[in-house]
Amino acid sequence: MLNYLARRTLVMVVTLAIISALVFIIVNLPEGDYLSSVIAELESQGENVDRQKIQFLREQYGLDQPLWRQYLVWVGGLLQGDLGFSFELDLPVQDVLGDRIFLTIVVNFFSVLFIYIVAFPIGVYSATHQYSWGDYGLTFLGFLGLATPNFLLALILMYAANRFFGTSIGTLMAPEFLDQPMSFAKALSILEHLAAPVIIIGTAGTAGMIRRLRANLLDELYKQYVVTARAKGLAEGKLLVKYPLRMALNPFIADIGNLLPQVVSGSVIVSIVMGLETVGPPLVRALQSQDFFLSGAVLMFVAVLTVIGMFLSDLALAVLDPRIRLTGGAAK
Amino acid sequence: MSDGNRHFVSSEPFNPQQIEALTAEQEKYFLASQWKMMWWRLKRHRLAVASGIVLAIMYFSVVITEFLAPYELSARSEDFLHAPPQGIHFFHEGDFVGPFVYGLDQTLNLETLQREYSVNRDEVQPLRFFCSGDPYRFWGMVEADFHLVCPAEGGTLFLLGTDRLGHDMWSRILYGARISLTVGLIGITLSFILGIVIGGLAGYFGGWVDNLVQRVIEILRSLPELPLWMALSAALPARWSPILVYFGITLILALVDWPGLARAVRSKLLALREEDFTTAATLMGAKPSRVIGRHLLPNFMSHLIASATLSIPTMILAETALSFLGLGLRPPITSWGVLLIEAQNIEAVTLFPWLMTPMVPVIIVVLAFNFLGDGLRDAADPYK
Repeated sequence: MLNYLARRTLVMVVTLAIISALVFIIVNLPEGDYLSSVIAELESQGENVDRQKIQFLREQYGLDQPLWRQYLVWVGGLLQGDLGFSFELDLPVQDVLGDRIFLTIVVNFFSVLFIYIVAFPIGVYSATHQYSWGDYGLTFLGFLGLATPNFLLALILMYAANRFFGTSIGTLMAPEFLDQPMSFAKALSILEHLAAPVIIIGTAGTAGMIRRLRANLLDELYKQYVVTARAKGLAEGKLLVKYPLRMALNPFIADIGNLLPQVVSGSVIVSIVMGLETVGPPLVRALQSQDFFLSGAVLMFVAVLTVIGMFLSDLALAVLDPRIRLTGGAAK
Repeated sequence: MSDGNRHFVSSEPFNPQQIEALTAEQEKYFLASQWKMMWWRLKRHRLAVASGIVLAIMYFSVVITEFLAPYELSARSEDFLHAPPQGIHFFHEGDFVGPFVYGLDQTLNLETLQREYSVNRDEVQPLRFFCSGDPYRFWGMVEADFHLVCPAEGGTLFLLGTDRLGHDMWSRILYGARISLTVGLIGITLSFILGIVIGGLAGYFGGWVDNLVQRVIEILRSLPELPLWMALSAALPARWSPILVYFGITLILALVDWPGLARAVRSKLLALREEDFTTAATLMGAKPSRVIGRHLLPNFMSHLIASATLSIPTMILAETALSFLGLGLRPPITSWGVLLIEAQNIEAVTLFPWLMTPMVPVIIVVLAFNFLGDGLRDAADPYK
């Protein structure tokens, strides 16, 4: 087990290293040096440029050096908790993101939780009641959930809330808590406001999860060991929980590898549409204005979030499923 | 020679099918090609067929957009900003007049400073069919002004209302289909080629090639798609012309999408390359490209087409999302996502809900592709 853990950790670190290089290349793709264009723009407007400060920033982040040096400086900074400097907002990236990093984790965590809590009973119900009206209705709802893109769902729900209830479902907390330090009242307010975004982000994932759990469980339900157990007189409920459900549960957990990137993707765009206080809105703004330290930090954070989530799910799976082979070498 | 030992010899000519004579129907079934059987199977899937028809109609409309749309893409009715949709009526005060719309009156509400429109029940504006209207260049080449339907002379025809600048929403949705629907097709073609080539190399050669491709796929799949798409499309140079941006976006969509297909190709090839017919082909001196293209690919082409159909909606949605966020296509190129930019302002949407109408075709197309893809996937293995 320890061996497996070590190997899996190594893979994760290498993956993150490659991703960081990829992210750095992508955010540096736009031509031109952001600082020079800012200086030119400020000077053309006749404004005073604080050359000393810009020179300092240039040296601090190695902007006058070749790209690979810049990359090393950037990664070194990341590892020490220095996310870089947002030139557009004239603030360190840490200060721009601040609470947003924590809130992003909260939103994604609750979305995944929502997907599992809702998908599990519904999936089990539609499998055990195959071809019943309940099954058909839920399958249809699932299809609809799968087809409605979440940012459009967000727009529709925001419109409905605004039009019919006169309330706004945007933002993650009541306005008076913005920029306030975390407190019990603020946490409560966040929890209240979480419902709408979590449902919107989770819908597509839930629909997919229901379909997969239903299919997995249906595969198991008619196998011989189930018939045997039933013939021996095991009660239906106990039978279901003891045997086929446990078998169908493994893919359910393994699937987090597909689910997590999807949820994180969804949370970014839904946050932008609904104006949530997550890393989504700064990402768009930074990408538009080529504020590459900010966009790079957000992209890196989002990638780290998924990679670590998948790492944890792999570990959970290894603990839960004795059939997972912990030694290397794939069977050919 | 005694009679008992003589063999019976029939004088009839030998007919090998004597016992298992096939009826015409059976013969048709047994001799049918794989693709024919898939078609039969698909036909049984009602929802898939219906979706296919819907999609065919939509794609056909893309060819003759200029003719179908009552207004030209950039035509503005400056006097009718944010005008509400006009319903089509047939009866005016109990008399049948044929399809017509009522005129719109507008007043400026001085308290809210909003234009307010009211339906003028006295002004009947009969629609004209197969008529001359806004001039346009068909496919940007041939000058013409022939339309399926036009507003009455001096009248208006806003089936889905107008936007902030007085563009007719219905016409713009028709024009938007041209971009939104083709983005998916071009994108999937690129991603299909990438997937087959890369997955084919990995599956056929195995070893370090396979290992490398596997790692790349794993890394790409562990990244959330949308932020990656956003970052890549933000990197498209701002001085590119809209057409270049369009192709840039399709390329970006394909670059992030191919791993799924490549994975499917690889796993199938790994299994198939051990088959006897592959060995036979190799021994007869076929080159890898011929073995893959001629002997291996046709075995699972149908599966690939099914999964490609299922990934088209993802691309259409991605383009819509990117344009909606202002990172994708830019006006004057008009896609459904570009149209939805107007719906970002929730106050505007509450006042003018018809700004959200470009959502409807998006959802219809995504649903239709999903149903069709599901049907194709079931039909992909007709020998089951």
